[in-house]
Amino acid sequence: MPSTNETNNADNMPLVQIRGLRYFRGSRPIFDGVDIDIMRGHLTAIMGPSGTGKTTLLRLIGGQLCPHEGSILVDGEDVAKLSSKQLYQLRKRMGMLFQNGALLTDINVFENVAFPLREHTLLPEAMIRHLVLMKLEAVGLRGANQLMPSELSGGMARRVALARAIALDPMMIMYDEPFTGQDPISKGVLVSLLKNLNDALQLTSVLVSHDVREALSIADYAYVISEGKVVEHGSAEAIRNSRSDWVHQFIHGEKDGPVPFHYAANNLFEDLMQG
Amino acid sequence: MLDHLQKLGATTLQTLERLGRGHLFLFHVLLGMPALLKRLGLVVYQVYSVGVLSLLIIGVAGLFVGMVLALQGYNTLVDFGAEESLGVVVALTLVRELGPVVASLLFAGRAGSALTAEIGLMKATEQLSAMEMMAIDPLHRVVAPRFLAGVIALPLLAALFSAVGVIGGYFVSVGLLGVDEGAFWSQMQAKVDLFEDIANGVIKSLVFGVVVTWIAVFEGYDAIPTSEGVSRATTRTVVHGSLAVLGLDFVLTALMFG
Repeated sequence: MPSTNETNNADNMPLVQIRGLRYFRGSRPIFDGVDIDIMRGHLTAIMGPSGTGKTTLLRLIGGQLCPHEGSILVDGEDVAKLSSKQLYQLRKRMGMLFQNGALLTDINVFENVAFPLREHTLLPEAMIRHLVLMKLEAVGLRGANQLMPSELSGGMARRVALARAIALDPMMIMYDEPFTGQDPISKGVLVSLLKNLNDALQLTSVLVSHDVREALSIADYAYVISEGKVVEHGSAEAIRNSRSDWVHQFIHGEKDGPVPFHYAANNLFEDLMQG
Repeated sequence: MLDHLQKLGATTLQTLERLGRGHLFLFHVLLGMPALLKRLGLVVYQVYSVGVLSLLIIGVAGLFVGMVLALQGYNTLVDFGAEESLGVVVALTLVRELGPVVASLLFAGRAGSALTAEIGLMKATEQLSAMEMMAIDPLHRVVAPRFLAGVIALPLLAALFSAVGVIGGYFVSVGLLGVDEGAFWSQMQAKVDLFEDIANGVIKSLVFGVVVTWIAVFEGYDAIPTSEGVSRATTRTVVHGSLAVLGLDFVLTALMFG
């Protein structure tokens, strides 16, 4: 049995530890020497402009992609070195909310939430029903349990997907752009839901988003990545007060700055004259 | 010249790489088969989806093919006074060739394309990724039941195609052209061999079932996850599936009857 000190040490260790991550798509580096720590029980936001590889990072943590260099440790296990059986065991302790919910379209809301329970447990039907209804109650959609995914709004679909992601009571949950395309009410609901779930279930959450205001309002810690590197990290307050011009432009959504408005191009006059 | 050679080399490498991926894919799908024994409900649902829902097109096509065979056969046989052999001609043509081949071509168009589109769209909407992240292997949960269902359904559909075709041939031969009913059935009974004709036909349809369903599920799983990618994959399923059936039919016919 581990001593109290050992237990405390384990609790202080990051749940996800990324070191020297390098990942390429073709010859283009998506991550070029990235170090990230996701602390246990914290809600960590990963922010950056579109196309910086935020979703790729979640897929790397989940073992759906393999890093070209560096290591990704989840709960002390090197994801890239696990056999597929070990990886599937690890994934049972991870939840993921996809950008569009990724609900199974041929079964209703109840069956979607029950899906992981039916696949991984031998629980009796009555117990599955109770668990599903409790998870749906947590996201406020118990009354929608008989609806089909096509009958749900985008925000409702994400909440159902969230209920499905927490069905097996995972140790961590990853959110891929949960606020994108949501109306203000749905966005507000999702923001408070993410925070409440993280606190109530003592989850470790990784929130990937470019919705700066919402992400920083609930994050305990945040990383800003751009062009394959971490350009800033710290508490929400530290990110807001960053001295980096790039981070300032990103946080405040300014149209011009270190990231130029115009894509690199030849001289306009020369271009026009060529035609 | 060098450019053409380079393109040829690149295309060859891509084709070989895809073939390799296809075989590995099949291997993984087959690994998922034993687990299906505990979940026969998934397979039964898919047999309904790819088999029962294809009954109409198979039945109607079988009926008309049998009727046309009888008409064409009669015109040839009557010159030799051998029109009473029409039953044998219709039955052998259907059981040995047209039953397995035409049923497979229709299956590729009706069920194969549906399988590709369904799996491709599941990939495009991240349902397969979501399953992976729920620690559920989509090859075992989604692909394996569909593959097995296709392999079960096609021989049954081909048998039904042949049976309905024979009935269509009977109506035209006996009802329309006045061929003797006793001769029609008795010659068929005497000349159609259970092993050489019917069993070989069943083996053919089984092989076609494996190949067409394999192509269909692989194309769906390997599709580029966009609307255009799924559309192209669906087209490839029908084209490659049909060509594979026709090519394999020649090989199998040469081995069985050559």
